[in-house]
This record gives sequence, C-alpha cells and structure tokens, in this order.
Amino acid sequence: MNLALRDIRHHRSRFIQTCLGLGLLLGVVMSMGGIYRGLFTDATAVLNATAADLWVVQQDTSGPFAATSRIPEEIKYRIKAVPGVEQASALSFQNIQSERHGKPFRFFLVGYELGGMGGPPEIVAGHPIGQKHYEIVVDRAMKIALGEQLRLAGDDYTVVGHTAKMVSSAGDPVAYVTLADAQKIQFKDDNNAIRNSREKLAGQLSRLPFLAPNQASQLTPQIATIVGSTHIANTVVARLAPGADLVRVQERISRWNHFRPLTGKDQERILTEGMIKKAKMQLGLFRAILLIISGVIISLIIYTMTLDKLRVIATLKLIGTRNRVIVGLILQQSLLMGLIAYIIGFTLIGLTHDKFPRRVDLVAVDLQLLFGIVILICIGASLVGIRKAMRVEPAEALGG
Amino acid sequence: MYAVQIEGLTKIYGSGDTEVVALADATFDVAPGELVAILGPSGSGKTTLLTTIGLVTEPTRGKVVLDGELIAEGGWPPGLDLKRVRREKLGFIFQSHNLIPFLTTVENVMIALENNGIVGREARARSIEILKSLGLGHRLDHYPALLSGGESQRTAIARALANRPRVILADEPTAALDTENGKNVMALLKKLAVENNSAILVVTHDQRMVEGFDRIFTVSDGRIVGEKRNHVS
Repeated sequence: MNLALRDIRHHRSRFIQTCLGLGLLLGVVMSMGGIYRGLFTDATAVLNATAADLWVVQQDTSGPFAATSRIPEEIKYRIKAVPGVEQASALSFQNIQSERHGKPFRFFLVGYELGGMGGPPEIVAGHPIGQKHYEIVVDRAMKIALGEQLRLAGDDYTVVGHTAKMVSSAGDPVAYVTLADAQKIQFKDDNNAIRNSREKLAGQLSRLPFLAPNQASQLTPQIATIVGSTHIANTVVARLAPGADLVRVQERISRWNHFRPLTGKDQERILTEGMIKKAKMQLGLFRAILLIISGVIISLIIYTMTLDKLRVIATLKLIGTRNRVIVGLILQQSLLMGLIAYIIGFTLIGLTHDKFPRRVDLVAVDLQLLFGIVILICIGASLVGIRKAMRVEPAEALGG
Repeated sequence: MYAVQIEGLTKIYGSGDTEVVALADATFDVAPGELVAILGPSGSGKTTLLTTIGLVTEPTRGKVVLDGELIAEGGWPPGLDLKRVRREKLGFIFQSHNLIPFLTTVENVMIALENNGIVGREARARSIEILKSLGLGHRLDHYPALLSGGESQRTAIARALANRPRVILADEPTAALDTENGKNVMALLKKLAVENNSAILVVTHDQRMVEGFDRIFTVSDGRIVGEKRNHVS
C-alpha cells in the first residue's frame, strides 16, 4: 500500500492546488529559460539569415548592429574583385519607430539588393519584392496584411510578402525593402532641408572671392548632388567561394583604409557577448532566484505537510511501521509534487510560448536540466520533512 | 508462559532536585487471555507503566519480558529492534483511536498487516475478515472522519488485533465513548482476549468499566497500591 498516494487521494484538491501554484512558478522558470535562449536566437536572426562570411564595416567601428557604420555603397565592387570572394552586397539597417492605429509601432528595416545577399530568408505568405521601389516585405508579427500600405519617409510602401520570426537583436520585427528605398528612407533629406542646405551652400560659394557669381551658381547644384548622395550602406557583406581562405581575404581588406572586415563569428561575438550579455545575465540571475524560491516553497510545503502528519507518523512508528515507509511517504509526495508541477508548467508554457511578445525558445537540454534540478530540489526539500519525521517519538501518538 | 512479566519496573525522569519518579518498583505477571485494568487518577503513572511495557518509554530499572523475550533489563538491551517487537508482539489501542485519516477503514487495518510483511490481497482479505467480525463490514471503504466514535474504536481494535499479538495495550479506550459504546468495547476486548489468547492491559480511570476485567491494578504516585481479582466468566 502506497501511503503517499493514499494521502494525496484523500487531500486531492489541496494537492492539485499546490501543484498548480508550483506549476505556474516552474512555468515562469521555463519561460525565463526560453526567453534567455530566445535572446540569443533573436540577436543572431538577421546575422544567420544573411549567412555572410565577411561583414565589411566602417573602420574602428563594430557595426552595423552594435555601432553606427557608414561606408560607400560602391565599395562592394572592390570587395567583389578580391580573389576568393564569390558574392558581395551592400546592406542598410535602421530602426524605425512611428505610430500605427494610435499606438507606437517599431520595427527594424533592412535594405537589400534584389538578387543579392541579406534579403528575407523565407516568405511565408505573398511573394518577395519584385520591383525596385515601394514594395515591402514585413514580419508576420507586425500584423500588417498583404496589400496594405505603410507610409515611410513620405512614400507609401505596399506589403507584398510576409516573413516569420525575423527579429532584430532588440526583439523588434524585421521588414525588408530594396537598398535604394532603404537609402532614401535613411539618408535622403526632405525637400525643405534640401532647399535650406542648397541656399546655405550657394551663400557660402558666393562669398568666395575667387569665384565669379555665375561660377558659384553653376557649382551649387553639382556640389549639392555630391553632398546629398544616398549611395551609402551600413555594411557590405561577402560570401567566399568554396575553398577560399577567409583569413587571407580578411587580411587583404584590412589593409584598405577606412574599412574593417569582420567575420560572421566576430559579429556573433559582438552580438551575444556585447549587446545582450547584460540582458542574458539578468535573466539568468532571475531564473536562479526563481529556482531558489521554488526550492524554498517546495521545502515549506513538504515541511508543513509533514507537520500536519506528525501524529500519523507517531502512530505509524508505534505500530511498528519501518522508517523507509515513513521516508517514502514524504519523499514520494515531494517527488510527485515536483513531477506534476513540472508537467503543468511545461504544458502551460508549451501552449503559450508563441504568444509571448519576445521569442521563447524551449530547448530540450534546458528543460531536461530544469527537470533534474526540480527533482534535486524535491529531494532536498523532503529532507527537512524527513528529518522532522525521524525525530517524532512514538509516544506522541499516545494521549488525547 | 506469561504474556507479560515485569519485575521491579521503575522509571525516573530527571535527576537530583528535578528527579521525578513516574513509576516505582512495579512487579506483576499477566497470563495469555487475561484482561487487566490499570486504574488510577491522572498523573499516577499508569500511562508510564503502559508505555514502558510497550517499548515506548525506556525503563530506568527493572525487567520486562514479553512472550518469553527479554525486552528490558535496566534499559533496553543493545541491538533490540523495538519496532520489530512492537510489530510482532504488541497491539495498541488509543483513547483517540489514532486512525490514519487518509486511509479507509480496511486500509487502516491493512497497514498493520503490511508492517509484518502480509501485503496485497491477503492483507485485504484478512482485514475484511477482522472488520466483519467486529461488525464493520458495511464501513470497509469509509474514511475515519465518517465513522462514529464506536466504529472508530472498533476499527482501532481491528488494527491492534490484525497481527494476532500476544499483548494488547489500550490507553483509555473508552474515554471518548458514551457508556453504552464503552461497555460494548469492553465486552469486545474481553471476548478477544479469550478468543485470541492475548493478554490485554487497559489503562483507564473510568470506574464504569471495571466490572469486566479479570484483574485490576490500582496505581497511585507511581506505585501499584492495590490488586483485585474479579471472578467473572
């Protein structure tokens, strides 16, 4: 006869309520672990989708994700010409925050060359961008239907496709436009600003003593065109030909002035060890605290349950019940509570993790580890109750 | 062979100025099938006598022999498995029944059998047989909370009897019962003592119940101050 199960059967509702409470707590621990993992996946989503061997950015920066980087777009031709480079494409990245339906609306905009690298990795609905201007592919999480229009920098962009689970390192959904559109959105001034800067330029040129007035007026539009050029990218990504030596290509580009070639691994390190390190540490600490709290709660529950049964335990001892039966009563209840709570937590998170605002990656090894920790906590927690039970004297069963 | 033999049994708590003699120099024998009452006011030492015989309280001096096995001489002999002796030779009945609240009536009896290695269907069948013999056949799957005082005490008696112990120790078994139920329980104990050839020692201060006992010991200030034999059939 299993006393633990008999006790649970008798106090069914109390046991279920306790397991539910504990299950919710373990669900939070699991979600923390999932968010912790999700941070890494999110941080590297664009990086992995681009699948570049090299990221050429502005010298002395760790761009384009961790720091601002501006390089001329045409450098891609020079990179493409380096022996071993199979493909090179310019990319533009920018965070955009606007309002939509009266609420703040934030996303990460990627500009890519049609047919080049860095575009949407998978279209889950609609089709990829097919024309050079005014089409946009958005992540499903942005909740913009196909065919809807999105106004950016004074122009309307039509949503032609949806991606899924593409987010920036900050967790914002990613949208894609062509590089030309992205450059326009990011770098082109509005008409008033253009007029102002041209007037300012004209004024400065007219004050130059060595220029005749007609020379100044002829030079103004030429200089304005050069200064206002939007052919700027945040990075140029490159893919090497099979068998090409990455270090060699990297060394060669390093010798050029003004550029820094980072490998995919460098970018991953910058993203995971730099940008999200503190967030990961905070989540890890929070998860550890929650586990400690879970341990304390399980200990208290088991201890209280043991206190409730002291007279029963004394009676069992008096009628000659072996200690292992009494230990089993406490230990099995503790383990069963941990197991059921774990299943409740797992089911809860399994059903809801897709609805979290940020990615929750439930990794099997994390869940197995947590299960092991929960079992250890249950065993540890039951030791307090077992210690108390072993100290109960059979004489306590006597008397009224 | 006597079921219980005690000789010069003494229990002293504390020492020096705080010394309390709870039981002093108790000596008597109880034969199998005998129903014995230990009578006395509260604090007289009757429960100490019972718990010392029941291997719950270690005596300071004196000797206890249960069913031919020496279980105390001065103190408990080194290496004596107290639980084994309690399981095999003793049955306990308590004032407040002490049934396990999360076990049904039949399971409360089964637990005593399982302590002695009788498990499963055999334990259940034997438990049902005992309970039916005590008139509890209709209450087998009820929890203690749903039993009357008399039914609870009969369940406790069934548990004490389950392993057919040589000695049953009962601590105020009728204290929580009305007169009629109390008399029924006493009559049952008397019947079982004879049928099972068990010695039954009952601690009580309930004067209403003394008629049914074969012998009555009176305890006062830790000493046995009187012994009376009833000649009842």
